Amino acid sequence: MTTTRERLLSSVQMAHFVAHGSLRMDAVVPAEMNKEAMEVFEAGIPQVPYGTPVSEACPEGSFMRRLVEVPEVAGALRSLVGPEPNIDHHFVHVREPREGSAQPLHGDAIIDVRADAFDVQLMYYPQQVTLEMGGTLSVPGSHLRRTNESDTGRYQNLRGQSRLVCPAGTVVFLHHGLWHGGRRNDSDTRRFMFKIRFNPTVRQRRLWDTSDLSDPRVAEELNTVFPWYEQATGRLELFNRVLLWRALTGDEGFDLDHWVTRVSNRPQEVLA
Amino acid sequence: MTTFAPAPTSTTSAVRQQVLVLYLATSALDSPVVGWSLYDGTGRTSPTTGDSDEPPYETGLAALCDGWRLFQAAQMIPPYPGHEYDVSFLKHEFFFERLEKSEKPVDLDDTGH
Repeated sequence: MTTTRERLLSSVQMAHFVAHGSLRMDAVVPAEMNKEAMEVFEAGIPQVPYGTPVSEACPEGSFMRRLVEVPEVAGALRSLVGPEPNIDHHFVHVREPREGSAQPLHGDAIIDVRADAFDVQLMYYPQQVTLEMGGTLSVPGSHLRRTNESDTGRYQNLRGQSRLVCPAGTVVFLHHGLWHGGRRNDSDTRRFMFKIRFNPTVRQRRLWDTSDLSDPRVAEELNTVFPWYEQATGRLELFNRVLLWRALTGDEGFDLDHWVTRVSNRPQEVLA
Repeated sequence: MTTFAPAPTSTTSAVRQQVLVLYLATSALDSPVVGWSLYDGTGRTSPTTGDSDEPPYETGLAALCDGWRLFQAAQMIPPYPGHEYDVSFLKHEFFFERLEKSEKPVDLDDTGH
């Protein structure tokens, strides 16, 4: 497992994921696999029952197995959901050329408010994606919002949103709650995105390379405020982020600028 | 027994509603825009999800100055007990309208009676 360990996420990268709700890795899948992917996707990938372990869902040598064993992908998966997660489901998404509409902004599945666990969704782009091809729209820092599926469809654009433009072989990991949607494809090219949702099977605590846990950049990442946040609610985002970081690290004293500590302070000591 | 005649139509110009939804940083109408949506009842344009990174106005007030008419503002509702730290939908939602001439055929009997 040396290879995987070498590619585990750092604490700074984990903090980035906790703040953004996503982690992007450009062009990590080799060119020959990207080429193969287009043929595999056209042919279709057999579905598996919900909750099938990766080792069962992806036979040795299969395209999906090789994809999750790309060292950067394997390291990120192990860091985020641990060893041998289950595959919730997978799906090849296709945006047809000039199809005329975009998906409404949504979170996948149903409202999911787990505070100490999360699923991740791997999104793999075998082609170069241009702005015209309608790369996935996502909203950084939206993953802790308690909303249900496409109830957010009224929101067309938010400041600081991400309209994915990427080189071939890019993989993005999303927290299950992140608001996202396939954008309108205004090009003449079919656009493919392969999504796999993973369910953890172990407690998600310190699964990454924690040797840099005290790096000041961890707090800097966690303190990220996104341009679409309302002034007051943006502070609540930091509050909730602190709780998630506490759950992931087991450090119940962790805080950012006293946000959680201040409103949890209920001294019990009685003056004599 | 009531009978219904086919609704009369016309190809003369009529007004149609364009709707602009702005999400603001605070409950103040002159605070910065953090999100936006557009719906065009004239059918001339088809705004959609993720079609722009730049808001049409910097503040809600700037939309008023440009002729948009405010017709709804989000109520300010206190958090439910026990959910004071939850985050969910954007809170400061403002609906504006603008009436534009449309050249599309118009149903003259569309007033609901």
